[in-house]
Amino acid sequence: MLTSIKNNHLKYESQKLGMMYFRVAIILFGAQLLMGLIAAIQFMYPAFLYGVFDFSVARMVHINALVVWMLYAMIGSVYLMLPDETGIETVGIGLGKLAFWVLTAAVTVVVLVFIFIQIGPGKESSIWLINEGREYLEAPRWADIGIVVVVLIFYYNVFFTYMKGQRTGIMTVMVANLMALAGLYLAGMFFTDNISMDQYWWWWVIHLWVEATWEVFVGTLAAYALIKIIDAKREIVEMWLWIEVLMLFGSGILGLGHHYFWIGTPEYWWEIGALFSALEPVPLVAMFVHVLYDWGKEQGANGEKPVIKNGPAMAWLVTNAFGNFLGAGIWGFFHTLPQVNIYTHGTQFTAAHGHLAFFGAYATILIGMMYYGIQRAYGIERLKATFKSKMAITLIVFGMLGMTVALTIAGYEQVLVERAELGAGWDAYFVAQALPWMKQAMAWRTVMGVVMVVGFVYLIWDLVTIGPKEAKENNQ
Amino acid sequence: MAKSHSVWTSIRFWRQSAAWVTGFAVVLLILLTFDTMRQIKMGSKRVPAPTVINHHIDYKYSKKRGHEVPVIGKKELFFGKEWSPKEAAALLHKGKLTEQAKNCMDCHTLLGNGAYYAPDLTKAWLDPKWKDMQAMIGAKTREEAMAKFLQHPEMYPTHERRMPNLKITAEEAQALVAFLKHMSSIDTNGFPRGFSKTVSDFKAGGTYAH
Ligand code: HEM
Ligand code: HEM
Ligand SMILES: [Fe+2]
Repeated sequence: MLTSIKNNHLKYESQKLGMMYFRVAIILFGAQLLMGLIAAIQFMYPAFLYGVFDFSVARMVHINALVVWMLYAMIGSVYLMLPDETGIETVGIGLGKLAFWVLTAAVTVVVLVFIFIQIGPGKESSIWLINEGREYLEAPRWADIGIVVVVLIFYYNVFFTYMKGQRTGIMTVMVANLMALAGLYLAGMFFTDNISMDQYWWWWVIHLWVEATWEVFVGTLAAYALIKIIDAKREIVEMWLWIEVLMLFGSGILGLGHHYFWIGTPEYWWEIGALFSALEPVPLVAMFVHVLYDWGKEQGANGEKPVIKNGPAMAWLVTNAFGNFLGAGIWGFFHTLPQVNIYTHGTQFTAAHGHLAFFGAYATILIGMMYYGIQRAYGIERLKATFKSKMAITLIVFGMLGMTVALTIAGYEQVLVERAELGAGWDAYFVAQALPWMKQAMAWRTVMGVVMVVGFVYLIWDLVTIGPKEAKENNQ
Repeated sequence: MAKSHSVWTSIRFWRQSAAWVTGFAVVLLILLTFDTMRQIKMGSKRVPAPTVINHHIDYKYSKKRGHEVPVIGKKELFFGKEWSPKEAAALLHKGKLTEQAKNCMDCHTLLGNGAYYAPDLTKAWLDPKWKDMQAMIGAKTREEAMAKFLQHPEMYPTHERRMPNLKITAEEAQALVAFLKHMSSIDTNGFPRGFSKTVSDFKAGGTYAH
C-alpha cells in the first residue's frame, strides 16, 4: 500500500485520494504507538528522557496522532466509498487533493512544534502558535483554522457529489452526520478563563465525537462494508442503520451528562447523565448482533459456499463489532454512574476504558477499510488473509486486551487506595502509585505495548505486500 | 422492503423515528446548556468571581448535600495584598493562559480531566501537603511555597517521579497559584470525596491505634 500503486485498478480519482489518506494514517498510527511506549516507560522509569522529552510531550503526541490518524482514515474511507455509493466521480477532486497536501503539511508542522518547541510562555501567542494545552485538542489555533478550511473543502466535495449522484440511505446518513461531526470541532476553538466553562465545551467535542457522531460514522462504514464484503442486502442494512442512528443519538447526545458530574455543573446532570449514558451500550449490542446476523445469514444462504470477499477486512470488521461493544459498552458502563464515577473519575480506570474503546470502536474498522482499499486498488476478486494478516490482528488485539486488563487492575487499585481509602490528594496519589500492584500493572502495560508494536510491524508489512502478492496469485 | 406491510420493517418509519429522537435530544441538550451556562458563569455561586482569591477557602462536609462543598471564608491576603476585581481577573486570565501554554493537563487532571501521571489539581490549593512543602521550601506562606515549587519543581522532589522545569516565570507562577486557588473554590458536587482524609495516619504506619 505504501509503494505507489502504479497499475491502479481504481477507476475513480476519489478512491486514489482515499488511498493517499490511508497511507498517512497508518504512518501516524505507528508514531502513536511509539509515543505511547515512551510514555509507558516513563511510568516505570521516570528519569527516562526527563527534562528532554517529558511525559506530557510524549502523551500529547500519542493522543494527537491518534485523533489525526483516525480522522485521516475516516476521510480516506469516505473518498473510497463516495463513487461507489453515488455512482459518479467526486466533484472538486482537484481541490480535494490540494486540501490533502495542505492538511498533511500542517500536521507535519504541528508535530514538529510539539516535539521541538513543546510549550510556550503564558500568553495568547502560545495558544495561537505552539500549544493549546487542552487534551486531544492541543493543536494551536492557527492549525484549528487550517483544519476547518480543509474540512470545509472535504465536506463540499461530499455534499455536492451526493447531490449530483445517486442518493442512497447510507450516504444520506453520512452527509448529515459529517455535518454534525465537523461542526462540533468549532466548540473546542475558543479560550475562556473559566475552567468549568472550558471543560463543558471541551466535552462537546470529545464526547459528542466519540459517543455520537463517530459511532454513527462507524455504523455507516459497517453498512457499506457489509454490502461490499459479504453481499449483505442493502434494504436490510439500511434499515438497521436508521435504527442504529436512532439509538446512538437517542442515548449518546444526552449521555454527555456523564462528564458533567464534577466539573462545577449543576446536580441535575447526575440523573440525565446516568440515565442516558447507561443506555449507550444498547446500540452497541445491536450493532454487534447486526454484523453477526448478516454474516451468518449471507453465509448460509442457498447452501452456497460461503463467500467472504475480503478475509482480513472481515476479520477486522467482526473485531470492531465486538470491540466496540466491549470497550465502549462494557468498560464505559462500568464507570458511568455517578456513584461509581466519583471514585473512578480521572484514574487508570479511565485510561483502560479510553484505550479499549478507541481501539475497539475505531482503530479496528479503519484498519479493515484499509484492507478493503487495497483489494480495490489491486483489483483482487477475493482477498484472503495471509500469515502476516493473521499475526497482525492476533498480536494487536492480544496486546490491547492485555493492556486493558493491566490498566483495569491498576485502576481498581488506584480507586480503592488513593480515592476510597486515602481521599485523593498529593500524598494519597503517590502512595497508591508506589504500591507493588500498581508497579506490576504498569510493567505489564508496557510489555503488552511491545506486543502491539510487533503486531503493528506485521500489519504494515502485510499492508505493503498483500496487494501485489494476492494480485499475482489471483491472476495465475 | 416496499412489499412489507409491517411498520417494524419500514425504512421510512425508522428514518422518521431517528430524526424525531435526535431532534428531541438536541433540543433538550440546548435547553440544559442555557441553564448550565447561567449556573457556571464566572461570578456565580458554583464558580465564584476571581476575587475569591482574597478569601480563605475550605472544603467541608455538608450534611444536607451528602458530600463536601467549598466554604468561602474570611478575607485573607494573597501574596501579601488584597486584589481588586480588575487585578484578580487579570491574574486569573494569565493563570489560565499559563496552564494551557505549559500543558499541565498532559500530566495532571483538572476537575478530574487530563492525564494520570501526576496528582489531581482540582483542590490542590487545599492539599495538606503544602504544609510540609512550605517547610521544605522555606516559604512564609502557602502561596509563596506553591509559586516557588512551580518555578523550580526539579529542586523539590517528593517522589521518584518529578515534575519537570517548565520555565515558569515568577509572574506566571503567581498567576498559576491564583488559578489553582480559584479552581479550589468551584462547587464540584463533592469531587474529590473525603479529600486527603487519612493520609497522615497512613504515613504514620497505616495504623489508627494511636
Ligand atoms: C467508542 C466509544 C467511546 C470512546 C472512544 C470513549 C473514549 C473515552 C475516553 C478517551 C475517555 C477519557 C477522556 C479523558 O481523557 O479524560 C472516556 C471517558 C469516559 N467514558 Fe468513554 N468512550 C466511549 C464510549 C463510552 C460509553 C458508551 C460510555 C458509557 C456507557 C462511556 C463512559 C465514559 C465515562 C463515564 C467517562 C469518564 C471517565 C472519568 O470520569 O474519568 N464511554 N471515554
Ligand atoms: C504501544 C501501545 C500503547 C501504549 C504503550 C500506550 C500508552 C499510553 C500511555 C502511557 C498513556 C497515558 C496515560 C496516562 O495519562 O496515565 C496513554 C493514553 C492514551 N492512549 Fe495509549 N498506548 C498505546 C496504544 C494506544 C492505542 C492503540 C490507542 C487507541 C487506539 C490508545 C489510546 C490512548 C488514549 C485515548 C489515551 C488517553 C486516555 C485517557 O486520557 O483516559 N493508545 N497511552
Ligand atoms: Fe462520554
